[in-house]
Amino acid sequence: MVEPALRRVLTLMADRRTEATNEPRCVRWLLIGTALTFLGLFLFVPLVVVFAQAFSKGWVAYWEALSEPNARSAILLTLIVALIAVPINTLFGVVAAWAIAKFQFVGKSVLITLIDLPYSVSPVIAGMVFVLLFGLQGWFGPWLDERGIHVIFSTTGIVLATLFVTFPFVARELIPLMQSQGTEEEEAARVLGAGWWQMFWRVTLPNIKWGLLYGVILCNARAMGEFGAVSVVSGKIRGETNTMPLYVEMLYNEYNAAAAFAVASLLALLALLTLALKSILQWKTGRRAAAEELGYVGD
Amino acid sequence: MGIEVRNITKTFGTFTALDDVSLSVATGELVALLGPSGSGKTTLLRIIAGLEEPNPGSGEIYFQDENVAHRTVGSRQVGFVFQHYALFRHMTVFENVAFGLRVRPRSVRPGRNLLRYKVLRLLKLVQLESMANRYPHQLSGGQRQRVALARALAIEPKVLLLDEPFGALDARVRQELRQWLRRLHDDIHLTSVFVTHDQDEALELADRVLVMNEGRIEQIGTPDEVFHNPKTEFVVKFLGQVNFFHGRLEGGKVHFSTLAWESPEHAGAASQPAHVFIRPHELDVDVQSDGHPSLQATVSRIHSAGPNVRLELVAQSGERLCAELSQDRYRSLHISAGSTVYVTPREVKVFADKS
Repeated sequence: MVEPALRRVLTLMADRRTEATNEPRCVRWLLIGTALTFLGLFLFVPLVVVFAQAFSKGWVAYWEALSEPNARSAILLTLIVALIAVPINTLFGVVAAWAIAKFQFVGKSVLITLIDLPYSVSPVIAGMVFVLLFGLQGWFGPWLDERGIHVIFSTTGIVLATLFVTFPFVARELIPLMQSQGTEEEEAARVLGAGWWQMFWRVTLPNIKWGLLYGVILCNARAMGEFGAVSVVSGKIRGETNTMPLYVEMLYNEYNAAAAFAVASLLALLALLTLALKSILQWKTGRRAAAEELGYVGD
Repeated sequence: MGIEVRNITKTFGTFTALDDVSLSVATGELVALLGPSGSGKTTLLRIIAGLEEPNPGSGEIYFQDENVAHRTVGSRQVGFVFQHYALFRHMTVFENVAFGLRVRPRSVRPGRNLLRYKVLRLLKLVQLESMANRYPHQLSGGQRQRVALARALAIEPKVLLLDEPFGALDARVRQELRQWLRRLHDDIHLTSVFVTHDQDEALELADRVLVMNEGRIEQIGTPDEVFHNPKTEFVVKFLGQVNFFHGRLEGGKVHFSTLAWESPEHAGAASQPAHVFIRPHELDVDVQSDGHPSLQATVSRIHSAGPNVRLELVAQSGERLCAELSQDRYRSLHISAGSTVYVTPREVKVFADKS
């Protein structure tokens, strides 16, 4: 039932486009050509280079570069960090978005601004803040050291830095979504006798699931790819506190380009996968929105 | 089950939404809360439901003999129909209606077959059996409204509360649904309160109408009472179009325009300014003065497309007024724009000017 109506809307949109944009053909081609050339030079060519370099010494060398113990440990550490940071920030994002979208309270705009802070602060500075706080010369460093807890130059520090850098992603994705959905459905659930958890699980979560997943994917991509903040706190101890991006840089500095690009190709694959998932989700949510906007679709 | 609201006050910051409001609804009654936006009617409804808390220590709410003021919204067992329906958009019609049953504690949750039976019976009641597998966005406004109603009824509520139930529908659907809801109420006899800003809706549908303004109750009464015996100026003005004159009370008579009208209820009143209201249909129009005291006026416009004919008039003394008469009467008068007519009120509402 939805399809014919959708097609009708799309036809309408297409008609509108031809009417509104009647620039001469050459202008159109010039614009499209510029955009494509730019994309090609700055996105596509680098991507090709990454894979070309990675396989420059053949499949065997590629596989050896990845299965080498230090590489394996870097991959594992990156996965562990993402596995810790992403769920925590997902939880934080949902809670923050919920608070901002569904309640009125003093300091709400301050909270929204603070959530954006990691976007505007250079990751290197974020890393240095953690060194200042938890390093041996830092505020809490000596106290923690006495108790045998080491934050800097350890996985803990890397997780903390990653948490800081990635915490806006989920919240940012959910806040506008939850604001636009309002609280009526939640109220309806409460009136019908649903408890707090039932309301969240059966009403709120299904309504935000695509946006949530989208935020989680972006958060994960950033968590795995983060360089600046992690580089400051990690100490780059081979086989211990080296994440994939750090390891790539290290190999490259050692003139081991093929191995560096082999590891880099994994990160590039992650990016491609993220992009693919992102567009699938966008397509899905977009289609839903279009169907909902049409409203009555008829008997 | 009856509802009794006692001395409820509700403020939002410095804004007083409800000012010491009391109300009682008898078992099986259908009551309309009527008022302009911002009059507090929706707040009152939400407080009865438990979606909003009254000011601390400001009165009580009873369902029958039980004080529910401190019970949570979920445990009050009210059916609530939201203005924009608030259907769960990711659930089918069936699941929407089943929601209230599915979230019950395990011990009182109906089994699969019973649940199915109950939901389908409700969908039949609201004439949507064939739509069980549709999603809300695939339904028309009127259908969504009925799903919302079925969902509210599924929890076997003690009272049914409806917030602007027809507000978002177009005129024709609204009219149909209104009559349908009245019949439904007569069948199931559930104590119901609905909020509306549409006086026709309130007067046609309700057993009793409660007119609200600025957080206070102006009048409670049957539709007949509030329409024919309005207690305040606000009620007169809110219930349909009315002609207004500045006048003066003097010795049991009210003087306005060029008329003097007997006003027995103000017989003992001191000489003072007054406000005079006359409904358009309570004006007799004639082409000749029949000796009764009347206003001479000129016809400026005629609206004859409708069950009645409306005349826009300008009185000799300058006031604009509006009169309504039947098509038959209009044809027998042979008047057109520019004609001179004589207007005699049959019924006049007079309020002493308190300002």
